[in-house]
Amino acid sequence: MIQARDLGRRFGSKRVLRDLDLEVRAGELLLVTGPNGSGKSTLLSLMAGLLVPTEGEIEVDLPRGGIGYLAHEPLVYKELSALENLDLYGRLYHVAERRETIGALLERFGLWEARHERVGSFSRGMQQRLALCRVLLHGPELLLLDEPYSGLDASARTLVDDVLAEAAGSRTLVVASHEPEHVRPLATQALALA
Amino acid sequence: MSLRNNRAVLLAAAASVLLVAGLALALFWAPEDADQGFSQRIFYIHVPIALTAYSGFGWGAWKALRLLWTRESRYDLESYTAVHMGVIFGILTLVTGSIWAKISWGVWWTWSERQLTLFLVLFLFYCAYFMLRFSVESGPRRANLSAVYALFGVALIPVSFLAIRLAENFIHPVVFTRDGPQMSGSMFFVFCVCLAAMLGLFASLYTNELTGKRLDARLHELREALE
Amino acid sequence: MTYFADVAALARKDILLQLRSRDTLPAMLLFVVSALVVFHFSLPSDASETASTGLLWIALLFTALLGLGRAFTAEREQRVLDGLVLAPCDRSAIWLAKSLGVLAFLGVAEAVALPAYALFFEPVGWELVAAVLLADLGLAAVGTLLAAMAAASRARELLLPLLFLPLVIPVVVGGVGATVADDPGRYLGFLALYDLIFAILSWASFEYVVAE
Repeated sequence: MIQARDLGRRFGSKRVLRDLDLEVRAGELLLVTGPNGSGKSTLLSLMAGLLVPTEGEIEVDLPRGGIGYLAHEPLVYKELSALENLDLYGRLYHVAERRETIGALLERFGLWEARHERVGSFSRGMQQRLALCRVLLHGPELLLLDEPYSGLDASARTLVDDVLAEAAGSRTLVVASHEPEHVRPLATQALALA
Repeated sequence: MSLRNNRAVLLAAAASVLLVAGLALALFWAPEDADQGFSQRIFYIHVPIALTAYSGFGWGAWKALRLLWTRESRYDLESYTAVHMGVIFGILTLVTGSIWAKISWGVWWTWSERQLTLFLVLFLFYCAYFMLRFSVESGPRRANLSAVYALFGVALIPVSFLAIRLAENFIHPVVFTRDGPQMSGSMFFVFCVCLAAMLGLFASLYTNELTGKRLDARLHELREALE
Repeated sequence: MTYFADVAALARKDILLQLRSRDTLPAMLLFVVSALVVFHFSLPSDASETASTGLLWIALLFTALLGLGRAFTAEREQRVLDGLVLAPCDRSAIWLAKSLGVLAFLGVAEAVALPAYALFFEPVGWELVAAVLLADLGLAAVGTLLAAMAAASRARELLLPLLFLPLVIPVVVGGVGATVADDPGRYLGFLALYDLIFAILSWASFEYVVAE
């Protein structure tokens, strides 16, 4: 599903990734670890198609609609409500039974009560939960999660654990994390970036 | 590697020969213009430089199109170099045009000269091109933005020209006019030699600049590989 | 036609955002009226119609710049643009939706500017209104693309006017010409030509401005 050969990416004169070979097959879970600045986010961006390689190549056998990318930022509009944001993404991803799917996700992640509030008034944890809704909304085959636990309290962390447990096996996942202990049991592959 | 060197040297030699020949012909051999006298000869330098500048912008836009089409990063450098050279020739166009205006009419600038006005607009446009490049980090993003902008540039050339012609109707026409020279056979010949000379100069400078930039990039790569 | 559904979804979002932020539109309205007042003081008393028309067009251009400078702030601040770029929709739909939003704003600004101009300077004829409408299309099309370019750079607010002004010189010529010349048809036709060329170019190349 994902294949990279001699993958490299630089920003200006700074090399962030170099000579990376990897292969992720359908149904696998790749865990990417490494300190800050090692290129975890860059690698996920390359897989999502937001960045193109400056050296080497990367191939992802999925159209854009089949990929869900959880970035550092929640990628939602602060001036819109949670519901409006998800409605927009639901329309753009042509989600079937949009209202029901959105409602179910908001409930599951504990945002149903706050669904009409401006996202700008959300706490960091709530924004991250909304971002998770956004990522799962269109039922993607490939999930790219960049620090999914960041900003979450204990109860929300169990939500992420559930998502991972559910998805592992049926979907393909790439998870980049600072605290890999939660994810390691589920991982079929691990990559440590320097 | 040496074959490429040979070609560059040949190109430079050919350009030099054409330049000397062209200048000599323009200054000494071409027939004197009845109306404007000796000063008309600057036409043989000014117009070829202008046409070469246009070619530079066009070449840059072609490479930009190739970049967007094939996504190969080498076209970025080629497009940039072409635009860079085009701007240099554009500055020369403005300078030679200004000199000609001074000699002919005693003013350093006149809006009635359509070519000059067009070049001023393009000059501003391509200066913004450099500002754009300077304010984006090098990489695929910068290459894409520069390419799109270069394409807008060539679309702007005919549109601006038309605009300037239309503007003359309500911006009160200035007294100075110049009839396009009715070129006799020998004048046309000299013009062609000078045009070939300027294009050759462009090609030679372009090749050199591109080689230099590519060497720079390669050096950079090697340095990094050693780290 | 999912393309137009996508454009509609995005356009709805843009309008919602602008209505909620409530700062861009009032600023544009105030700016254009203030500019016209300033121009009154900068014109000699026997100024021609061409002069005051020219100044109106300058006011409109800079009002457009003001609005365009804010066109992508919401997307840029939280990198939300990445979210839109990741979606399976055609990237040019983002451009089209945004341009329609800009067009709406320009229209509102002009609905205030033209009466103000008629009050302060000259009566407004049908040619001026037609020219303004045609010019808006070009300004919105080109301006939206350039605003996205500027948003991707470090220099942002500095860069947008530099990119914008050379490209819209033909619009000024068309606009002023349509108002003061004897046959406005020629100038209106020229504006339509400009709109066609640059709208197509902007539509086709937006993909390369927002995605790598």
